[in-house]
Amino acid sequence: MTVTTQLVTVTVDGVTVEVPAGTLIIRVAEMLGTAIPRFCDHPLLDPVAACRMCLVEIEGQGKPQPSCAVTVTDGMIVKTQHSSEMAAKAQAGVMEFLLINHPLDCPICDKGGECPLQNQAMTAGQGETRFDGTKRTFPKPINVSAQVLLDRERCVSCARCTRFADQIAGDPFISLLERGAKQQVGISSDQPFDSYFSGNTIQICPVGALTSAKYRFRSRPFDLVSSPTACEHCAAGCALRTDVRRNTVMRRLAWDAPEVNEEWNCDKGRFAFPYLTDGRIQSPLVRDEDGNLIPASWPEALRVAAAGLKKSGASTAVLTGGRLTNEDALAYAGFARKVLGTKDVDFRARAASDEETSFLAHHVAGSGLGVTYADLEAAPSVLLVGFEPEDESPIVFLRLRKAALKGGTKVYAIAPFLTAGLAKMKGTLIAASPAEEVNAIVGAAGYVQDAGSIVLVGERAAQTPGLLTAVSALVTSTGAKLAWVPRRAGERGALDAGLLPVDGRNTTDIINALGKDIKGLLVAGVGSDDVAADIVAGAERAEFVVSLETRHTDITAVADVVLPVAVVTEKSGTFRNWEGRDRSFNTVVPTPGALSDAEVLGEIASAMGEFFGVDPQFWNSAAKPASGISEPAAASVGQGQALLSTWRHLLDNGTLQEGEPYLAATARMAVVRVSPATAAKLNLVDGATATVTAHGQSASAPVIVTVGMAEDTVWIPANSEGSALGLPSGTVVNVSGGAA
Amino acid sequence: MTLTPVLTAHWDEPDSYTISGYQRHGGYTAVKKALKQAPDDIITLVKDSGLRGRGGAGFPTGLKWSFVPQGDGKPHYLVVNADESEPGACKDIPLMLSNPHSLIEGIIIASFAMRSNNAFIYLRGEVPHVFRRVNSAIKEAYAAGYLGKNIQGSGFDLDVVLHAGAGAYICGEETALLDSLEGRRGQPRLKPPFPAVAGLYASPSCVNNVETIANIPYIVNNGVDWFRSMGTEKSPGFKLFAVSGHVNRPGIYEAPLGITMRELLEHAGGVRNGHKVKFWLPGGSSVPMLTPDLLDTPLTYEDIAAAGSMLGTGTPMIFDETTSVVRAVTGWLAFYKHESCGKCTPCREGTYWLSDVLHRLEEGHGTEADLDKLVEVCAQIAGRSFCALGDAAATPFPAALKHFREEFVQATTTPANESFDPAAATVFAGATR
Repeated sequence: MTVTTQLVTVTVDGVTVEVPAGTLIIRVAEMLGTAIPRFCDHPLLDPVAACRMCLVEIEGQGKPQPSCAVTVTDGMIVKTQHSSEMAAKAQAGVMEFLLINHPLDCPICDKGGECPLQNQAMTAGQGETRFDGTKRTFPKPINVSAQVLLDRERCVSCARCTRFADQIAGDPFISLLERGAKQQVGISSDQPFDSYFSGNTIQICPVGALTSAKYRFRSRPFDLVSSPTACEHCAAGCALRTDVRRNTVMRRLAWDAPEVNEEWNCDKGRFAFPYLTDGRIQSPLVRDEDGNLIPASWPEALRVAAAGLKKSGASTAVLTGGRLTNEDALAYAGFARKVLGTKDVDFRARAASDEETSFLAHHVAGSGLGVTYADLEAAPSVLLVGFEPEDESPIVFLRLRKAALKGGTKVYAIAPFLTAGLAKMKGTLIAASPAEEVNAIVGAAGYVQDAGSIVLVGERAAQTPGLLTAVSALVTSTGAKLAWVPRRAGERGALDAGLLPVDGRNTTDIINALGKDIKGLLVAGVGSDDVAADIVAGAERAEFVVSLETRHTDITAVADVVLPVAVVTEKSGTFRNWEGRDRSFNTVVPTPGALSDAEVLGEIASAMGEFFGVDPQFWNSAAKPASGISEPAAASVGQGQALLSTWRHLLDNGTLQEGEPYLAATARMAVVRVSPATAAKLNLVDGATATVTAHGQSASAPVIVTVGMAEDTVWIPANSEGSALGLPSGTVVNVSGGAA
Repeated sequence: MTLTPVLTAHWDEPDSYTISGYQRHGGYTAVKKALKQAPDDIITLVKDSGLRGRGGAGFPTGLKWSFVPQGDGKPHYLVVNADESEPGACKDIPLMLSNPHSLIEGIIIASFAMRSNNAFIYLRGEVPHVFRRVNSAIKEAYAAGYLGKNIQGSGFDLDVVLHAGAGAYICGEETALLDSLEGRRGQPRLKPPFPAVAGLYASPSCVNNVETIANIPYIVNNGVDWFRSMGTEKSPGFKLFAVSGHVNRPGIYEAPLGITMRELLEHAGGVRNGHKVKFWLPGGSSVPMLTPDLLDTPLTYEDIAAAGSMLGTGTPMIFDETTSVVRAVTGWLAFYKHESCGKCTPCREGTYWLSDVLHRLEEGHGTEADLDKLVEVCAQIAGRSFCALGDAAATPFPAALKHFREEFVQATTTPANESFDPAAATVFAGATR
């Protein structure tokens, strides 16, 4: 496809350039290195021309014009404040106006030191104010959500936050209210600003009007050391900026990565970082003769670990979890296959299947950069399978929403109900219970026929037997592009490193074989809640367990040797995002004695008298298991029963979100969703509490009767407060209701 | 110059607002005539008549209609701006109260011309009595087959929706009006796109003033030459002049454009007895005030502009020598501050500042430097605000200062209420009624 862009000639401050027709004057000025002061302008938001700070003179026009909203025309002659007295006077006037009702409380304002209002008051303002009246005041601050605080006195009504919420996130829960100088940002009385992306409004606020409960009054910008980093929470691969004061992370911001997260991130990536310091393991731990875990020196712990692993050798299994960097994942793969000689390795600390092993080996592993965010934006249609982007990969959600709203991309989702996220992408629901998903795939071929169409498969697809095989057949028959979007940041890197049991046993089989033919266990970053099989009991059965962990867990509690490893801020590394794009980061908090997983594994190997290298080319020679279809379990739903459908909300009881109550307070509540007919069958009443039970697990939440939902299906979030069942989709569950 | 009652001709009849009262004097004959013509011919007719918008800006109506693209397959909308809220402006509301069917007939013809099957009347929310009048007039028109499907057998369909605003001056700005009509918060939109391209519900739309549309049936019935026999080359036709203030008979006087203020004053019984004109505004509070020496200026768009003001809504306000110009300007600025929508910085903050200083001056506190500062503040608003309402807010003070600087200087030391007894300026202080 060739795109011909018509160029027009425009002169800014005497410099003549050719730019594409339709470019805004302010963007042309930026290209020329001319900074026109602005507040409401943001390159990723639609122009509003409200603040009037960017007024410039256009030859032939009697009045100064807002450069953020006027597109250039051929022959246009623009004069900015640098060459036009009219523009300079207009800007100085607007700046004076902006400050008359501004409290000028810079010394106690979080924004002071990095504030566009402060900076531009210096460049475009005057030293003394001529306003000697009474300023408008408001009580300060007020909460627009548990996390986001609003100081209305400081607001300059630029509407960046409200436009972001409306145009980008699709959560227009904040809006401008009232008139004149009393105009203010506000929320509806019954709906706080609980958006997964609310933190971005704080970042793009050009004054200190929006602050976070997390960061407010914690630091001054000039005390911070800032480093570009990559987000470790999900597989989106966001660029972040991590700000550190005296070796403590004070805040994290979305950083600029046009090809990935543009300038946005989600609130989890922004606020969920207390886990980096809270509850850390301080020193190696070794189990003594009395069975107690006691602190040990590194040499002793390494010696004990090496001796134990040497003994279990090839009958050791390695479970790594999905949060490793590429470097650490390669080290585990090398350690497992070369030092231990075991084939029982798996990175999937979640529901997984051999069908998925085959699918990943054939379609994803070692495939390099595949479908990209840009491809999503250009796609005529995108089919989502076992994947709820807003909850499971929020930046994919933002990009798909942009594609759907601005580019006309059609989004289809095979899902149990029309989610809020799908509605915000103007998506079409293909309603399917877990038992109907495979057939739904067959029926969805018509949606992805056009060239450039994309099928996005989530990690949850492994929970439905036969689904990944059906997806494989779909992309073969239609020619649609395929991408696999796991939830965790380290899954793609671990997969590419070879931590997939192509010739060994998967996570569930490994756990079940612990204490039987698997004697030893090397485990990292696996939570006992993450896997259906009882890993704690398995670890207790095993002869020897080495745990590499950052924080105390119920697995470290039963390990024989616990070796503390560095968290992301203490090491450098690379995460490979779902696209297959490497996102590297450097150490931001240099911590003496902090060792990465790879470094610890190297030390263990040395203590074992072994040396190992890593094999980045694992998939060039790896056996790819034949694709075997898992037999769909016969799902018979009896009286009072339904099929469980479930996934995790973005904000829930995840361990990496611990210690951040303001963030937790913006999480979505657990609810039980059923269709009207299923509700009638199960005697469930909208708003009343329902209880879902199966396999000795139980969860309760209020019922939302959801029109258009798949029948005989009950949906409940997987890991929210009060709803953690720990069971995969497709499980037959008993559902009982209470009175309204 | 004599009065030329057209719209107001039968207001003294007890049933002027009913369909029978309207039809008794030829009402709804123009629509029958128009529906037999080609829509484009009606646009040409209105263009040729030279009718200019009566809402204040004076933009040629026929030209505005011709901006609505035809044959584009999109729905078109006619929106009548009945949000008359400017201080001093009181012509559309009496018109809708006494002769609502001229508006409805005009709407039918205008909609037919621009091929709109849905028309909206956005009525100021504070006038429920007018809402009832217009609403019952619409009902009568439906019952008589002038609205609805297949009007008078022409095959033309038209529905009219009467919508009450919620009390915001900004909603008289046409794009803010459209936002409000769509159910949003009334704030002006970024242009382009202009309403003629993407107006109401992102479809081609035309926003016209009540009086403008009410003119249409009479032009269709009587023709271009009749219309142009009144007024001037650039300001043809007649106009509702709503004279208010210190005159003996305030009210609505319908006269050809080009009548002078002095002539209008005579019709209005002159300045109240024993007093003389101190200053006057040709069309609402948003236009610069003029002094008595300009009373002989013809009230046309071009002549008033040449005299340094604007015809605006054509609703002159007359103030006699009992008036404190400081108090008058302070009152207007209090209005603009209250009504600033808040969208853009100059209007939002500028009106706050102006009002703050003027209130202080009214109380007798201030310095001469304040006066120059206020002029600069006005200059920082005018031409820099998002919509014309900011410009309007920046208008009253500089004009007042130009003519009455001494009075403002006096206000820096003496409260306006001491220099000018407020009671003396009221209706009951020696007024004729």
